[in-house]
Amino acid sequence: MHRYHPVVATPLTDVPASLGADGVRRLYRLMLLTRLLDERLWIVVRQGKAHFVLTGRGHEAAQCASALAVHAGSDWVYTYYRSLGAAIALGFTPYEIFLGVLGKAADPISGARQLPNHFSSRRLRTPTVSSSVATQIPHAVGTAWATHLRGEPVATLCYFGEGATSKGEFHEALNVAGLHRLPVVFFCENNGWAISVPLAEQVAGGSVAARAAGYGMPGVLVDGLDPLAVYQATDEALRRARRGDGPTLIEATCLRLTPHSSDDSDAYRSDDERAALAARDPLPAFRDRLLAAGLIAPDEPERWTDEFRASLLADQDRADALPPPTAERARRWLYQEPR
Amino acid sequence: MVTTSDRQTAAEAVTAHERILTYAQALNEALREEMRRDPTVFVMGEDVAAWGGGGVFAVTRGLAEEFGTERVRDTPISEEAIVAVAVGAAASGSRPVAELMYVDFVGLAMEPLVNQAAKLRYMFGGKVSVPMVLRTQQGAGRGNAAQHSQSLEAWFCHVPGLKVVTPSTPADAKGLLVSAIRDDNPVVFLEHKLLYGTKGHVPAGAYTIPLGVADVKRPGRHITVVGVHMMVLKALQAADQLAEEGIELEVIDPRTLVPLDEATIVESVKKTGRLIVTHEAATRGGYGAEIVARVVELAFDYLDAPPVRVCAKDVPIPYSAVLEEAALPQVTDLVTAARALMHDEV
Ligand SMILES: Cc1ncc(C[n+]2csc(CCOP(=O)(O)OP(=O)(O)O)c2C)c(N)n1
Repeated sequence: MHRYHPVVATPLTDVPASLGADGVRRLYRLMLLTRLLDERLWIVVRQGKAHFVLTGRGHEAAQCASALAVHAGSDWVYTYYRSLGAAIALGFTPYEIFLGVLGKAADPISGARQLPNHFSSRRLRTPTVSSSVATQIPHAVGTAWATHLRGEPVATLCYFGEGATSKGEFHEALNVAGLHRLPVVFFCENNGWAISVPLAEQVAGGSVAARAAGYGMPGVLVDGLDPLAVYQATDEALRRARRGDGPTLIEATCLRLTPHSSDDSDAYRSDDERAALAARDPLPAFRDRLLAAGLIAPDEPERWTDEFRASLLADQDRADALPPPTAERARRWLYQEPR
Repeated sequence: MVTTSDRQTAAEAVTAHERILTYAQALNEALREEMRRDPTVFVMGEDVAAWGGGGVFAVTRGLAEEFGTERVRDTPISEEAIVAVAVGAAASGSRPVAELMYVDFVGLAMEPLVNQAAKLRYMFGGKVSVPMVLRTQQGAGRGNAAQHSQSLEAWFCHVPGLKVVTPSTPADAKGLLVSAIRDDNPVVFLEHKLLYGTKGHVPAGAYTIPLGVADVKRPGRHITVVGVHMMVLKALQAADQLAEEGIELEVIDPRTLVPLDEATIVESVKKTGRLIVTHEAATRGGYGAEIVARVVELAFDYLDAPPVRVCAKDVPIPYSAVLEEAALPQVTDLVTAARALMHDEV
């Protein structure tokens, strides 16, 4: 098992070449936009405009950085319900996400059939999120199998939480991928909680990355609060896959800074625990690192925040002005009509 | 959303000295009392133990505090293991109450339920019994979309060897869950997510409601309405509306689908001559069709009109509130169907 040590103190001379200084600035902006959108979505629920949301606050570093390593539109990506940051980094727009959350007919993901933040896009090669935990993992293996059979030099990236690794699907999928050295990267966002169940009650032995050994593939543990370490680990794994060198399992340690969803009370965690997590928030940490390295100007974080807030409000209003689907369309898309 | 019906509110006023509990609290009480009474009863499922929480619908709240986390066990996210472990435990002498957070995930656990729990006693020549309860919740109306809103009771009813329970009131929920736990057969105990917060009178202490006994929730002369879960409440609302027009509905809650109390339903139809079946499960292949078939077999000559199904459209449940409402049977659909039946418009 390969460990990427936390590199919070690493000088930014370590910026991965394929990312570059511009890429690092872009990465921070994506993380910031994701965070502000996340906060906005919880407000939308409090406003009574949506039933519920599920977001990835504390996962932005892991999600945005890993998604930036994807060749968007050529690699395939299976996201999960918490993947807001990955979706934004892949190219979903906040406006599209508002359309779904607000249940509008124009929602490009499903015309308001699917739950909020269950992303899908033909253009971005992102199949729809399954609400059933872990079911996407064998599907990703199927996609990798198909691209391999067709001789396409692309990889499939599959996201899930550590709770998903308790499912039979996870184990069966990794075994198939390991046996046939398929071009797939399994990306586990380990935030230590599956709703109210902590890691110690979930993963025997305590390590997700260690499970890779049983399936004949490398297991990589990476500090999911360090975007550059995540980018590097994912970039390497995707390259291996595209080269035909087989699958990788990445475990990125994250924080869940919100309740599981807007339906969850979070009563099983104490205020002290929550405060301790908030103190490790990856977003200000990355900002300070970039400021110290002179990669962003001192006024930029605040300016960008204001700009994003304004554009998000405008996006929400624009989406909210549109109509919901009409009742007669309830059957639409159930079957593929003969072509 | 339909909550307490007017009738229940009236009942609450009259019986103010009696205990009013929610459906979730009534279920909690059944579990607690059975766990006190029988040390072989234990509870397992995702998020059932979390101190203070007690499952995402709070049905198991406080049980871990009283009985410890050995008997109230949070499991990993492993649906097949949850059900299969319950089968093994039940077949070797315990009485597990396993919980699936949503019925929608039962596909991941159908092998232990359908091929094992339902058939073990039969295949073992009667040498073993499988006294387990699989508790889960189903139903729509909360914007939970296609993979969190299904009503799948018909799947279980189709498997010989399983019993299937669908309570619609707090008192029924408690008495039926006690019976389910004490039953020596595998019981699929289906709750409804919108019913958890509904309130009603619940007797204190242990009591059982036998599996296989329907309840006439409202007597009436003109149309028999057999409903499942939320549709019992919606049928009672429709009955209130129709009473003003002189149309009387007799609303029957079968309470258990397997075994089915067909005598109560058939007797009612012999009186009314008209039948509506109503459930949130899709119309095609739904359990309503089974009820219609039984009535046609047993009381064909008494029917004044073809039976009517007021059930969900044959579509996945969509997220959009507009689409979800369109997909589900509503009070107005029941009212319209009843009027049509009375005016020979069918
Ligand atoms: C098969 C299945 N079982 C249970 C659930 C209910 N559920 C939804 S999310 C969740 C926790 C998932 O935890 P994890 O995989 O660690 O991801 P996280 O949400 O923490 O990012 C559970 C139990 C589900 N959606 N699907």
